[in-house]
Amino acid sequence: MDPIAPSLARLQQVQVRYRDHTALQGIDLQVRAGQVLALLGRNGAGKSTAISVLLGLRRADAGQVELLGGDPQQRSRRLGLGVMLQSTSLPPMLQVDELVAQASACYPDPMPLQEILQRAGLQALARRRYGQLSGGQQRAVQFAIALCGRPRVLFLDEPTTGLDIQARQAMWQAIRQLVAEGCGVLLTTHYLEEAEALAQQVVVLEQGRVLADAPLSELRLADRPRRIRCRSVLPAEDVQQWPGVQQVQRDGEHLQLLASPAEPVVARLLAADAQLRELEVQGAALADAFLDMTREAA
Amino acid sequence: MNTMTRTGTTPALASAWHQALRPYRAELVAELRRAWRTPAFAVPSLLFPVLFYLLFGVLLGRGHAPLYLLATYCVFGAMAPALFGFGVQLALDREGGLLTLKRALPIPAAAPLLARLAMAVMFALLVASLLIGAAHVLGGVRLQALQVLQLMAVAGLAALPLGAIGLLIGSHVSASAAPAMVNLVYLPLALLSGLWLPLSALPVLFSTMAPLWPTWHLAQLALPVVGLPSAGSIGGHLLVLLAVTAVALLLARRRLRRIG
Repeated sequence: MDPIAPSLARLQQVQVRYRDHTALQGIDLQVRAGQVLALLGRNGAGKSTAISVLLGLRRADAGQVELLGGDPQQRSRRLGLGVMLQSTSLPPMLQVDELVAQASACYPDPMPLQEILQRAGLQALARRRYGQLSGGQQRAVQFAIALCGRPRVLFLDEPTTGLDIQARQAMWQAIRQLVAEGCGVLLTTHYLEEAEALAQQVVVLEQGRVLADAPLSELRLADRPRRIRCRSVLPAEDVQQWPGVQQVQRDGEHLQLLASPAEPVVARLLAADAQLRELEVQGAALADAFLDMTREAA
Repeated sequence: MNTMTRTGTTPALASAWHQALRPYRAELVAELRRAWRTPAFAVPSLLFPVLFYLLFGVLLGRGHAPLYLLATYCVFGAMAPALFGFGVQLALDREGGLLTLKRALPIPAAAPLLARLAMAVMFALLVASLLIGAAHVLGGVRLQALQVLQLMAVAGLAALPLGAIGLLIGSHVSASAAPAMVNLVYLPLALLSGLWLPLSALPVLFSTMAPLWPTWHLAQLALPVVGLPSAGSIGGHLLVLLAVTAVALLLARRRLRRIG
């Protein structure tokens, strides 16, 4: 991570109040060139409000907002951004290439159409109408619109929600390429592994406050407990005693464990129960990581 | 950018203009494609006024009917594209998040609106030319070039206040309610303004209320073009239409800002 990379978008002590509650209570965050900042938080934590303010869709009630050195409400500043919002229904009767060309037209120096389609994995679908595409393909079109203008800063609000693994990997690859070219990215996501795969810096929001703002490496995500689920007859009480096992629950014929480190526990499970089936190991859920951060912050 | 190699002031200026107009053109092309590829919008918008005209103006019409309905249907024909194009489509765009995306992208704020207005004007002109053609060929109505231009001008002008009213509806009503709401405005407004039959054929209350409706003022601009009597002065009608447009635009803008 390069802390002196130029700042492309910044919130300083930003507050946003809605009629009945405060959505952001004085938050700071900064997107730098050539870096991915992952903005994590539960629904309602203030992620979308923070993005709205950075995009100039909503004014901050207090604090400073800067996009590419100026006010995001100015169109000249927004010429350097690309954006993919959480849910957007594009006109179903327009073709993929038409939609991309329409968005490209508002940028001074857009990428060539073929390059955009290639980066978003849409070459084969260029002439298809948006309404005929699958949900994942529609997301890819929205991604193409986000990157078409050679953005210096890219806002991706849950870009891979609802994508299959292959499509998600492809989008990650495209994001990495943009970052390698110097683009700064603000990414919100529900998937911890997405933050892990892409981000250098992580900001966690909770109830409109910054709960944590740290380089990814400091979050030691690899050491966090993993969820293990399997179909096994082993008694939960016995497994609870094994080293590394933090939690065990029986769910019908299935056992659910939280373990750290997970690997020796998996090995022992397999050794102890020859009939064990349907083994699944998952990274810790975002919620678990939050709880840890809350504890660390306290 | 390679194309930016400048040889003189004029090409540079021309290219700057070209650059500045690109987003406007792109919005317009998209808007026209959208309208054209939505047959449920384009076909009734274009054909219904002409079919109604042939039925009520030519087949069943007596006396001044072919002339009267030609003038008023030029206004009636502008109603559907403007009201539905702005009202229903805006509500859909708003709910689907497209409006928010366009506000976030560096699209000039006026470009989507101007594109939709241009679409509504083009549809209105197309309907007016179909009507004038039908009146000429089948209704025996002979107009001079100036009269044709004047009727087209009224049809094109009609898109402004009607589009603004559509915008007002689309900015307030949900996408599922918008078509019903637009119909609630569209059909009564046409009847109450005397677009389907002269107000003299209706109870006198209708004539008394008529100056309330922008479409009545538009009809009063169209009727003298074909040599039929009308009420009020051209300046007065234009003023009312301008005021309706401005008020509807302001209210819609306020609403759109607030809900973002």
